[in-house]
Amino acid sequence: MTAIFQSLPILTAITFIPAAVAAFLAAMKFMMRAEDSSWLDRNARGVSLMTTLAVLFLTIVLVMGFDPSNPDFQFYQEVPWFAEFGLGYRMGVDGISILFILLTNFLMPICILASWNIKKRVTDYMIAFLILQTMMVGVFCALDLVLFYIFFEGGLIPMFIIIGVWGGANRFYASMKFYLYTLLGSVLMLVAMVAMFLQAGTTDITVLLETDFAASIQTWLWLAFFASFAVKMPMWPVHTWLPDAHVEAPTAGSVILAGVLLKLGGYGFLRFSIPMFPDASVMFQPLVFTLSVIAIVYTSLVAFRQTDIKKLIAYSSVAHMGFVTLGIFAMTELGVQGAIFQMLSHGLISGALFLCVGVIYDRMHTREIAFYGGLVHRMPVYAAIFALFSMANVGLPGASGFIGEIMTMAGTFQVNTWAAMGAALGVIFSAVYMLTLYRNVVFGELTNPKLEAITDINAREWIIFIPLIAGTIFLGFFSTPVTDMTAASVNQLISDFTAATAAVAN
Amino acid sequence: MTYDILATDLTLLAPELMLAIGAMALLMVGVFIKKDETAAKWVSLLTIGLLVAAGAAALFLVPGAGGVAFGGAFVFDPFALFSKVAICGAAALALFLAGPYLKAERLARFEFSVLVALAVLGMAMMVSANDLISLYMGVELQSLALYVLAAFNRDSLRASEAGLKYFVLGALSSGLLLYGASLVYGFSGATGFDAIATAVGEDPSVGLVFGLVFLICGLAFKVSAAPFHMWTPDVYEGAPTPVTAFFATAPKMAAMILLARLLYEPFGNAVDSWQQVIWAIAALSMAVGAFGALTQNNIKRLMAYSSIGNMGYALVAVAAASETGLWALLAFMILYMVGVIGAFGVILAMRTPEGMVEEVDDLSGLSQTRPGLAWSMTGIMFSIGGLPFLVGFFGKLFIFYAAVQAGLIWLVVIAALASVVAAAYYLRIVRVIWFNEPTQKFVAAPTPVGLVANLSGLATVLLVPLAAIVFMWARGASIGLI
Repeated sequence: MTAIFQSLPILTAITFIPAAVAAFLAAMKFMMRAEDSSWLDRNARGVSLMTTLAVLFLTIVLVMGFDPSNPDFQFYQEVPWFAEFGLGYRMGVDGISILFILLTNFLMPICILASWNIKKRVTDYMIAFLILQTMMVGVFCALDLVLFYIFFEGGLIPMFIIIGVWGGANRFYASMKFYLYTLLGSVLMLVAMVAMFLQAGTTDITVLLETDFAASIQTWLWLAFFASFAVKMPMWPVHTWLPDAHVEAPTAGSVILAGVLLKLGGYGFLRFSIPMFPDASVMFQPLVFTLSVIAIVYTSLVAFRQTDIKKLIAYSSVAHMGFVTLGIFAMTELGVQGAIFQMLSHGLISGALFLCVGVIYDRMHTREIAFYGGLVHRMPVYAAIFALFSMANVGLPGASGFIGEIMTMAGTFQVNTWAAMGAALGVIFSAVYMLTLYRNVVFGELTNPKLEAITDINAREWIIFIPLIAGTIFLGFFSTPVTDMTAASVNQLISDFTAATAAVAN
Repeated sequence: MTYDILATDLTLLAPELMLAIGAMALLMVGVFIKKDETAAKWVSLLTIGLLVAAGAAALFLVPGAGGVAFGGAFVFDPFALFSKVAICGAAALALFLAGPYLKAERLARFEFSVLVALAVLGMAMMVSANDLISLYMGVELQSLALYVLAAFNRDSLRASEAGLKYFVLGALSSGLLLYGASLVYGFSGATGFDAIATAVGEDPSVGLVFGLVFLICGLAFKVSAAPFHMWTPDVYEGAPTPVTAFFATAPKMAAMILLARLLYEPFGNAVDSWQQVIWAIAALSMAVGAFGALTQNNIKRLMAYSSIGNMGYALVAVAAASETGLWALLAFMILYMVGVIGAFGVILAMRTPEGMVEEVDDLSGLSQTRPGLAWSMTGIMFSIGGLPFLVGFFGKLFIFYAAVQAGLIWLVVIAALASVVAAAYYLRIVRVIWFNEPTQKFVAAPTPVGLVANLSGLATVLLVPLAAIVFMWARGASIGLI
């Protein structure tokens, strides 16, 4: 039974159903006269919500059918595609990637719901989001270099449009910067991918994982991949596109950006840099540690000085991603598991924080911290929810953020005490900026008369927050469901890595 | 020369003969139909038919393996076949696009189609040239027809200027080409490619290399590669838009194929002598194309720089000097033409009630006024820019593959970085289409224009799973040339 289930093209279905629905919506739009398009706009939301829920259901089925004790790729599917040239349509998941697919598809219905108030060109908006979903899920499923690259870069196009059309005042600049910045990093990775393709004769990731690249080449390949993933992460000092993109993006765009797109870099490190270029990874470990600690400390301090709520959370994301890179490059089991956990947890928490900003932005159309204050008097429920996620972001025990941070720090501590210490400093700073933000926005006297009439969260917003609250608290108390999923694959990653580096050392 | 040999030779020439005789016949048809517009319409339709027939003839009439004709001056191999079919197809599409435009601009004269047919004849000769004389004949036949086409709108100052510029610079490039050819002839004692290859041997004499460089310069004019690109923006801007669409596709393919054949066959052993030259031209073209387009406001000028840049990528494939490079080049050109013809379809649809407009900003808010065109243009721009997930990406991917295989890693890095700069202006068009609010509404696009634009836009997405077929054809066509 499991064998049959495993051979179904479920990954392809999960990946391409959103794109198919997007194509359907686009076709409807073209066939319809302009006067009738309001009908389509009304229904596009519902169709998209149903689609994302159906995909979420399929993903849950996928996770149920996944065998956590097997470290290899499961649900493997291969279809000839450029087969004569060594490429292929290859899809599969292992313990490292499966939870990211769940995260993506978990956040998507929430994003669609959060966009319910979009008035402008609704159908286009939904099409862009559905295509974006296909691209993001595809990245985590792809087991072929070229396929991976296509999904990896293809996601930029819908995101570019989302920021540019539905974004804030400075959206032209932000969307161009977002696209060009990330593209610049990625084209170098493409060159490296071509070089790997030539050396291995195939773009099959499962084969490339077994291929030994010469140490001298590894350095260059590692640097090229690093150029791409560091920008995506984003790591200091190439993080500057993120605050701009976040500030200008619509709420749902920010949620996806923080929740999923930032995870692509970390996933890339785990899938490519560490297993394929182990020697170079060891060589560059100090560099990554240095950059990560700088990111954690420096961007936390920068976050403290922000006057825009979204920008503050964006900088806090950079700091939290610093924990991820630390954990990954500690290359201990605890560190890597912690990094994956931290990414998942950050996906929920930062997504929720951007939704919190969205709630008040929808009402007041400003994100200036100084504009707000005393919200607790008018929005008690909102204040409670915002408090929960602020605390989770700080890493308070009982929320998922704590587990991720403690695991990465403990994993790093085994390797490098100083780096772990620097990271710990970041935890303190995160409390500083997050609590300051919370106090300035929620507590104090309600001085701004414009806030008098602000209303507490409505039913739709409740529905959006409930799954995120549940997820954050559940993962804060029960981390084993996640670590059980990832354990086998991470173990294999670490043991292969140790074997590879030991072979060179001898 | 017995009758049999002549018959075999003429069979190999079937597409060219059809084009030559057909063009003459159409000239007469045009003269005998009294009314200008009716004549233009019928001759245009017949020419499209003729081009399709010539492509089909190349596919089906010529015996399978092909061969050489007229004492080796003319070669018909899979490489030439592939290119001829592509050229005929591109020309037919360009003519298809031209009809409504010429009519609306009161330019509908039947000579237009005949000139296109003659230009295609020249291109067919170019891709089959196996001798310096047939090479020159093909180039000139093509160029003369193109000069006239560029100035086809003879009452327009801009078009006349474009035609004159093109003619003067084209004549200069022909001069360079001839000078190079005479040097090669002088030092090798032969005009046939096979004989030249023997004379080049392992260690070519300085005179031969000197001649080769002149030949490359002359052909670089034709593919509009930097630093011989100066004419391109002016001619693209000044010429009537359908002519520009034609310029951007078929002649580029023909000249690129000719350049590849010249470098790979007679000078195949002299790789060391020409690889650096092509390397430099390619790098320069990509840079000029990328940076030059950034400040352009006229979309036709922008497309000119885009084509300069893309020819730079094609030259990267040529510089690879391998069979991989050849098929990467062929497939790239096909995927490039698929996008470009659609882009010109969109440009031809940019007509307000007052007339044609060609500023980038005129596309403002196209996604709200004409969603179909907007989606197509978006796909096409990303595809021409070689950005995933559109099909143009594969063209660039395999060019990079060929070049890395040949050890040209730095050239690939330059190419990759140039593609980021180039992405900025492709994104600018997408930005104008999607982010800006509409300022005007275009009149409904004529059926052929809308059809080509939308089909091309669809192809940039739908070809992604099927692009392998193009590459298989291209690979089949390149076997044996090296």
